[in-house]
Amino acid sequence: MRGAKSAKWVTGAIIVALAATACGGGKSDGGSDAKGAVDPNGIFSIELGEPEKPLLTGDTMESNGSAVMAGLFSTLVDYKADGSLEMINAESVTTTDSKTWTVKLKPGWTFHDGTPVTSKSYVDAWNWNASLKNAQGLASWFADIKGFDKVHPDAEGAKQTADKLEGLKVVDENTFTIELSKAVPYFGHKLAYIVFAPLPESFYKLSPAQRGAAPVGNGPYKFKSWDHKKKIEITRYDGYKGPNKAKNGGVVFKNYTTLEAAYEDLKSGNVDVLRQLAPKDLPVYRQDLGDRAVDQPYSAIQTIAVAFYADQWKKPKQVDPRVIQGLSMAIDRATITKTVLNGTREPATGWVAKGVLGFQEDGGNGVTKYDPAKAKELIKAGGGVPGNKISIQYNADGGHKEWVEAVCNSIQQATSVQCVGDGKPDFQADLTARKTKQVKSLYRSGWVLDYPVNANFISDLFRTGAGGNQGDFSNKELDAKIAKADSATTLDESVKAYQAIEKDLKNYMPSIPLWYYKVNAGFSEKVSGVAYGQDGDPILTGVEVKK
Amino acid sequence: MPDVTKTATAVEDAVATPSVDASAPAAKQEKARSLWGDAWADLRRNPYFIVSSILIALLLLVSAWPTLFTSASPTAGDLVHHFLSKPELSKVGSPEWLGYDQQGRSVYARLIHGTRASVTVGVAVTAIVTILGGVLGMIAGYFGGWVDALLSRLTDVFFGIPFLLGSMVVLQAFVERTVWVVVFALAFLGWTQITRVMRGAVITVKQADYVHAAKALGAGTVRILFRHILPNAMAPVIVVATIALGGYISAEATLSFLGLGLAAPTVSWGVDISAGVAQIRVAPHVLLWPSIMLSLTVLAFIMLGEAVRNALDPKLR
Amino acid sequence: MGRYVARRLLQMIPVFLGTTLLIFLMVHSLPGDPVLAMFGDKGADPATLAAKRHELGLDRSLPVQYVTYMRDMILHLDFGTQIRNGLPVTDVLGGAFPITLQLAALAFAIELVFGIGLGIIGGLRAGRLADNLILIFTLLIISIPVFVLGYIIKMVFAFNLGWIAPNVSTEPVLSEMIAPAIVLGGLSLAYVARLTRTSMAENLRADYMRTAVAKGLPRRRVIGVHLMRNSMIPVVTFLGTDIGALMGGAVVTEAIFNIHGVGGVIADSISRREGATLVGLVTILVIVYLVTSLLIDLLYAVLDPRIRYA
Repeated sequence: MRGAKSAKWVTGAIIVALAATACGGGKSDGGSDAKGAVDPNGIFSIELGEPEKPLLTGDTMESNGSAVMAGLFSTLVDYKADGSLEMINAESVTTTDSKTWTVKLKPGWTFHDGTPVTSKSYVDAWNWNASLKNAQGLASWFADIKGFDKVHPDAEGAKQTADKLEGLKVVDENTFTIELSKAVPYFGHKLAYIVFAPLPESFYKLSPAQRGAAPVGNGPYKFKSWDHKKKIEITRYDGYKGPNKAKNGGVVFKNYTTLEAAYEDLKSGNVDVLRQLAPKDLPVYRQDLGDRAVDQPYSAIQTIAVAFYADQWKKPKQVDPRVIQGLSMAIDRATITKTVLNGTREPATGWVAKGVLGFQEDGGNGVTKYDPAKAKELIKAGGGVPGNKISIQYNADGGHKEWVEAVCNSIQQATSVQCVGDGKPDFQADLTARKTKQVKSLYRSGWVLDYPVNANFISDLFRTGAGGNQGDFSNKELDAKIAKADSATTLDESVKAYQAIEKDLKNYMPSIPLWYYKVNAGFSEKVSGVAYGQDGDPILTGVEVKK
Repeated sequence: MPDVTKTATAVEDAVATPSVDASAPAAKQEKARSLWGDAWADLRRNPYFIVSSILIALLLLVSAWPTLFTSASPTAGDLVHHFLSKPELSKVGSPEWLGYDQQGRSVYARLIHGTRASVTVGVAVTAIVTILGGVLGMIAGYFGGWVDALLSRLTDVFFGIPFLLGSMVVLQAFVERTVWVVVFALAFLGWTQITRVMRGAVITVKQADYVHAAKALGAGTVRILFRHILPNAMAPVIVVATIALGGYISAEATLSFLGLGLAAPTVSWGVDISAGVAQIRVAPHVLLWPSIMLSLTVLAFIMLGEAVRNALDPKLR
Repeated sequence: MGRYVARRLLQMIPVFLGTTLLIFLMVHSLPGDPVLAMFGDKGADPATLAAKRHELGLDRSLPVQYVTYMRDMILHLDFGTQIRNGLPVTDVLGGAFPITLQLAALAFAIELVFGIGLGIIGGLRAGRLADNLILIFTLLIISIPVFVLGYIIKMVFAFNLGWIAPNVSTEPVLSEMIAPAIVLGGLSLAYVARLTRTSMAENLRADYMRTAVAKGLPRRRVIGVHLMRNSMIPVVTFLGTDIGALMGGAVVTEAIFNIHGVGGVIADSISRREGATLVGLVTILVIVYLVTSLLIDLLYAVLDPRIRYA
């Protein structure tokens, strides 16, 4: 369960689940149920779609693959529910200036093939994942490390001039140092992500096709089999030395064509743990499952982003933030989450999701309150919505249609601004329109945490040119504030600085926060101790199977 | 959709010759003269025909002037009504008559306003397919030889792609999914059926004595085609077309279910049925009413097709 | 006969090439970039995208891609690899086709037995109560969209009555396949019944039937041999093209009943723009279609002695 889930927007295609690997959380009580004795070798099953890509630490960015990888690999650290770090494979991760970090490993760890986990296992794996020639999707995670631009230049057609990251140095068998190109106070939290996992020597000898077919890791479970589109099996690794040893004998990930089918199988006892439910079952699952129903928030947020590059917002002049404030206050979040979304979301009060270091109540400073009168006033004061008409782009295959329609109705009723949903047939078409800057007005967006620090929800989304900033929001004043918060010497100071920025975001309105995601799922009578991490996935190791 | 392909194939083979290849001789004789007159006399007495004609007339009326039937807006919803309010069947014609949907919109208003999109899809696809497929089939059947070989292979090429798969790909290609895009997607592969039926019918008809007689009298190709062959070869085509029409309406619903049908703000039964599936456990009425309307409409067109088929086939009388 | 078959086989070549080219062009005209989408929402830098495109051969021109693909397929039976997960397309199709084939075969058997059965009853009792009941039943099935029919069957037989398991499990057993096969074959069943009925009713009045009865042949022989043989031609034609249609048209049924077959591959490949997979899949389906239609035409000669192939 290591690691935050991939740096990924909340896409939520129907079958493709939302979040990925769980993070070892304090939520796992692990207490055995009174009803039946626990079988420490019992095997349980989880609903899971087919991983989209081969199982590589550097390329697993969607939820299905991440869920499996979470069991197979352990990273240096993990974080607890309050956002603080817990050492897993690392003995310690230290820094004095947030620029040079020293990692000491716990001795005696082995990979599933029996070879030792050393500092070289980490350094080589990171170099391999960062290398342009290996074209790993998560390579940009190493961008903080000195020398990344030589190993992975990002212009089209560029060639790498080095194979190794200059900033990584092996000190001894169990120690290595990481030198960053500039101070990053929350770099330690990033290390929980799967892309920072170690790889065994044998990995580099395999053919490209073999590498992601049967991964050898250092995690609590070892890989057993992968029957494509049917199931994946992993079993407990008895040589595991980490604090999060598996309380069960193994996991079977079962593939379902629809979430409805998975839910029916849960009720008839053919699958033990679900990660999410279909809209059809949401209104009734609490009655169906009783105390086996799960309804718990996790660290993800849904927003409406503004396509600042679109003519509507840019011509003849840059839109006044008050207009967007007005739109935000025209959305009746409480009613929509209760009715159309069946209580599966919780109205947001700011831009940073719950369960993240630096989360604060009312981070939005009142801008998420439903107030039709104020909304009209603000829009008028800001010069009105250009054309008095907006559209919200979404992908029709992701279950977004219902809430987009409801939000539009709410805005239309409150402000008389015309609002229509602009449904693209699928995620690909939606993504392409966003990447090629063709969104006409507004678009649905969202963010699941990469690492549990509020910077992830601000710097990575609203900084000029940031990876998650697809709406081309740009404000020099805000950029300066972010740079200042990033250069803080301690994590604590940085988090505080970002909290201040969040309170201030109201005056820039880079996006409209809507609501926080919740895990709505359930489990069978056969298992207990089922808990879900901050990114919404069940924590595999804590599950206990009854005899 | 499979429905459409199947309907058409089924009828095609019932009414046309079994020959797929021109070298298989035609085994049926058709007579012509009073075919249409006989058919009309027969239809007027057919209860299936009367019922389906009334239904279709009503549907066309609703599609043309939906506001005659309801004044409520099909798109503006108020979550106050969120489908918790159940249908109140006594209030005939009022917005709350058939209850409200998830967005708090009147199910009755959506039913009325959805008629146009659904009927348009059915009628427009059928019209395009009949004209395009009919012309190609007539050319292939009449001229034979290499023209026929070429057109038949072309038809096979399009027929080789499964209907559902083909429509799905075509729909994905369009960013805006209006009624006309759905029409295009269904017509893209749908014309092959009519081509085959028309070709078969023309091959049968052109061997008739009156065609030879017209030729001997020196009539031009165009005149022979439109005056002598077309009227007599139309019967099987009309039958296939009416039955396929119902299939296309049903197809739009299935595409919506797959997330590829019409997109908001267009209102259609298909959109509502696929949305209703998600509410089936708490508010079945959201699924029920548009489903009933869709089935009734499809039924009306298929019944019409059946009646016309029986009337046009003298052997069945 | 031999010459006829040879000519038909030759005619298949342009159709085969045409269909594969058509689907290839259709897939490549779709908006969206499969490589871009591989990296999800956050995306990757242009250098990584270019490296990936080169690795997959997607940086070559379309004609080159098509020719290379067809060459590998025809000469080496190599259908290429999937863009997203690098699996060979042959493996993907090999994993999906068996279960779909089972489903289609079962559906086919159901429509054959019940469709023809109902059709015969209707045909022999044309105009009477049984005939009208069958007419209404078949029209109803035709008028319900397939996904609604699927949900109704699941609701009634799995949840309310508990007769069947709602889903097909990971290791499918035959009994679980019956419900989805009925849903998949229901529509065809209705058509087969209609076709058989019409054809029977029509032929009942034919001269040869009167002759056969007048000759004093036993009723069983008249119906079983003379009537059936002549009435089956349109039915056989329909059944022939239906095998391929059942295999390619199971997208909805398979999703509803949790069957991991061709339908899922079609839906996934379209949304992920997996050109190679779709072209490979259509290739197989078009071959099935061409071969069955040839067999059907040959079967005509058996059923109808008047048809002779030069």
